[in-house]
Amino acid sequence: MKGRSLLGAAFSATIPVLLGYSTIGIAYGLLLVTSGLPWWLAPLSSVVVFAGAAQFMSINLLVTGAGLVEIALLTLLINARHMVYGLSLLGPFGEARRWKPYLVYALTDETYGLLTTVKPPEGASRESFFALVSALDQSYWVLGSLVGALAGALIPAAWTEGLDFALTALFIVLLVEQGRSVRVAAPYLVALAASVIALLLFGPANLLVAAILIAIAGILVLKPLVERAAASGRPGEAP
Amino acid sequence: MLLAIFAMGLVTLACRAAPFLLFGSRRPPALLDYAQRYLPPMIMVVLVFNSYKSLNLSSAPWGLPALVSGLVVAALQAWRGNALLSIVGGTALYMALARLA
Repeated sequence: MKGRSLLGAAFSATIPVLLGYSTIGIAYGLLLVTSGLPWWLAPLSSVVVFAGAAQFMSINLLVTGAGLVEIALLTLLINARHMVYGLSLLGPFGEARRWKPYLVYALTDETYGLLTTVKPPEGASRESFFALVSALDQSYWVLGSLVGALAGALIPAAWTEGLDFALTALFIVLLVEQGRSVRVAAPYLVALAASVIALLLFGPANLLVAAILIAIAGILVLKPLVERAAASGRPGEAP
Repeated sequence: MLLAIFAMGLVTLACRAAPFLLFGSRRPPALLDYAQRYLPPMIMVVLVFNSYKSLNLSSAPWGLPALVSGLVVAALQAWRGNALLSIVGGTALYMALARLA
């Protein structure tokens, strides 16, 4: 398999991510710089962390001088969903040798989506194809962050007010996409109830941690009911 | 600040690596399958709720720019499935509404 056409195949697979990552990356870079943080922090974060939602959230935390433990904890919660991506890629990544560490490191929502749906070209090494897809995705993100950060220094602050809504929009988009694949009502209702309870009991400052813990407890306690509801909704589907 | 970035990177890597370190190539237990299925949607609900928790509903503009824009994002995503369109469109709407308010 010629190296050139493998790259070409990987590139065309990642075109949807190219558009998304480069523009949201630019938004991230812009937001970071207009919040007063140094421009180089954007591309650095994109290389080291490579997790959009967590990176957006970190902007505010860094500006208000939040503690290291708090930042690490929130990152853990926001990125906990990445743990489940690994679960469904245990098989495909199991065969990988040379690139496995990078594949694991670069596993984002969108890359996961691509790796689980796109097929490598005939005769090509799946591992190399996956590595190219992951690397291309990350390069779009890093470049977007860099461009945004550099542009942010040039654009007047008043113009970019409200740009942080992009993070809320990102979460809503991810939620809608979850809604397409997980079509049982239970997790959504449990999480909503957990969020309200957490807000009332623990206040807005501790909401994220409290809500997720309560939600996990809730869904585990309700397991028999949830599985029955899922089974009756779609016969033949494994719970 | 630099320390925070590297801490975040480490935590994120740990999250992504956890299944591979814990299970190798074996099939994980059924309880984990259950968690795997329902954890992501729950986390997304909490994250969206968390974005709106400090919304000021008691005085003008009564949180309308954020609420309306949020609904538009959801509607766009459900209708077209294009994340770029949903995020850019919703954010642009929010920035416009926030200025009008």
